[in-house]
Amino acid sequence: MSMTPIPRELITPGPDGRFGEFGGRFVPETLVPACEELERSFDSAWNDPLFRTELADLLRDYAGRPSILTECRNLGARLGIRLILKREDLNHTGSHKINSVLGQALLAKRMGKKRIIAETGAGQHGVATATAAALLGLECKVYMGAVDIERQSLNVFRMKLLGAQVESANSGSRTLKDAVNEAMRDWVASVETSYYCIGSVMGPHPYPFMVRQFQSVIGQEARQQFRALCNGSDPDVVVACVGGGSNAMGIFSGFIDCQTRLVGVEPAGGAAIGRGIPGVVHGMKSYLLQDEHGQVQEAQSISAGLDYPGVGPEHSYLASIGRAEYPSVTDDEVIAGFQLLARTEGIIPALESAHAIAWITCEAPKIQGQTVLMNLSGRGDKDVAQMMSILGESLER
Amino acid sequence: MSTEDPKFGSLETVLRKHRSASRKVLVPYITGGLTGWIDAIRGAAANGADAVEIGIPFSDPVMDGPVIQQASERALRSGATPTSIFHELRNVDVGIPLIVMCYYNTVFRAGHERFANALREAGVVAAIIPDLPLEESGPWCAAADHNLIETIMLAAPTAPDERLSRVTARARGFVYAVGLLGVTGERTELAATAISMATRLKRITEVPVLVGVGVSNADQAQQAVAVADGVIQGASVVRRLMDLGPDAVGEYVAEVRAAIDNPPRA
Repeated sequence: MSMTPIPRELITPGPDGRFGEFGGRFVPETLVPACEELERSFDSAWNDPLFRTELADLLRDYAGRPSILTECRNLGARLGIRLILKREDLNHTGSHKINSVLGQALLAKRMGKKRIIAETGAGQHGVATATAAALLGLECKVYMGAVDIERQSLNVFRMKLLGAQVESANSGSRTLKDAVNEAMRDWVASVETSYYCIGSVMGPHPYPFMVRQFQSVIGQEARQQFRALCNGSDPDVVVACVGGGSNAMGIFSGFIDCQTRLVGVEPAGGAAIGRGIPGVVHGMKSYLLQDEHGQVQEAQSISAGLDYPGVGPEHSYLASIGRAEYPSVTDDEVIAGFQLLARTEGIIPALESAHAIAWITCEAPKIQGQTVLMNLSGRGDKDVAQMMSILGESLER
Repeated sequence: MSTEDPKFGSLETVLRKHRSASRKVLVPYITGGLTGWIDAIRGAAANGADAVEIGIPFSDPVMDGPVIQQASERALRSGATPTSIFHELRNVDVGIPLIVMCYYNTVFRAGHERFANALREAGVVAAIIPDLPLEESGPWCAAADHNLIETIMLAAPTAPDERLSRVTARARGFVYAVGLLGVTGERTELAATAISMATRLKRITEVPVLVGVGVSNADQAQQAVAVADGVIQGASVVRRLMDLGPDAVGEYVAEVRAAIDNPPRA
């Protein structure tokens, strides 16, 4: 039996917005012309050297790029692997979200939009959007699930400090999925004046493609930096957490054409690829947690940023062709990973990123001696209050 | 073109007949599975509705405002499923066409052919899928056509004329003119876009044009039918069903019927 070789190149979707069978543009008719306009505007901007220079300047002088690589000698030695982190946590606003937001906010201005709307889970995308809006003089409204407003109150206040209006999403599970619904409802009403700044590689075409392109700076930098650090070699494994999947697509994009194993770690309670089946919600066809009647199920994760029942369509595609794998880890493993990185390396990761650490810890016995590049997508300051209440007295021992 | 033309489905045939007789069309929307929903359909039919649109509740209704969101949540909590709704519909014969409104994942999950067949077996003649735009509608439309289910296309104020022509060319039953930029729900005034959309559509299509989204009371319905062939009323109907019960739906339909049967004041 002959094996079909796995494609090792990034897809540039055509007008149908497909990655294999996934993606597309399943939006209310009102939004179709807006998606088409965005597709044209992004294409024109992405191919305009002036736009690219303006974005590159902002990423360097404002966001602090390139982000560095940090080798985890202590944790690596303990696990028997060579572990290297791509430090997206060191970006301005504390996560990879700023990469895409600066690109989208510049694009919004170029399109003549005065107002920018966004959804947020953990608040990282909301904070990044509020930041870019403040910088570029745009009005900003961020939708956030009522449950997330509760568990990420620090980020809510940060957004308000930055001049954004934070609107509570009180329907359904009152988490990220419902914040997306509210943002889409706003967009349907405000499409002529507002730009919808989607926070991940999800939504209707061209968002999954566009956000990947904006996040591909992570992978491009990491490929070069890794080669410089490791005698011109590529890592054996690249690992990132996956909710919608933008930080993962960002780093995967730099290694898609080599033999590196690509691993996207989902939360056990929101494992769209691991436990879902193809469905259509939020404008895209992708793996989705749903019941037998097609009702979208609520995800359950300790991490507000990964508490989402769907996943970006390109991840569904990469899973379907076997180019990337999508294991999951439990909340308890994540809590352990969160503390492990803090104590061994002096780095407090975001709970989202702690999923990747948790998987590496569990997988270590099987990958002894290998080089592992992990995308540390964000820092954990925002999660400290939540972890205090979870860990309680055990911290004081 | 004759209104008896066999190339039209049963819904479009009925609506064209009404237009020929100068009768403006009234289509109330009722969320399937809400307490009293079957009685509300009967009440609407008995009080002058020309067809009824039945909403299949969905977990993530992005085109719906607070009232229909709340109705969907209530119906889902009480255990409503597409299967249970179709099952109950089989026993409803009210003598007017039944239309289903559902989000696309409900269709996709069931399978296009299976879903279209289930509609037909439940006595439904047409479907509205608000998150399935023209470009994505091919596989569904093929299954719907095959099962004699008329696919009602939405036309929105954001579409340029060139797009409206392509949308209306694929419309069966009627064209659903989205009356405003926004989601379903009651508004104090009829948006200017309701009239302009109906005008633009009437200029380019022979398919009946009905305005929905933001047509909130009898007065607004009367204004809309000055241009459109009819109206769809959603939130104002569902709110009455939830707050007052099915009798209030019948009374309201009678009130709107009377308003659209009277020519608008000069």
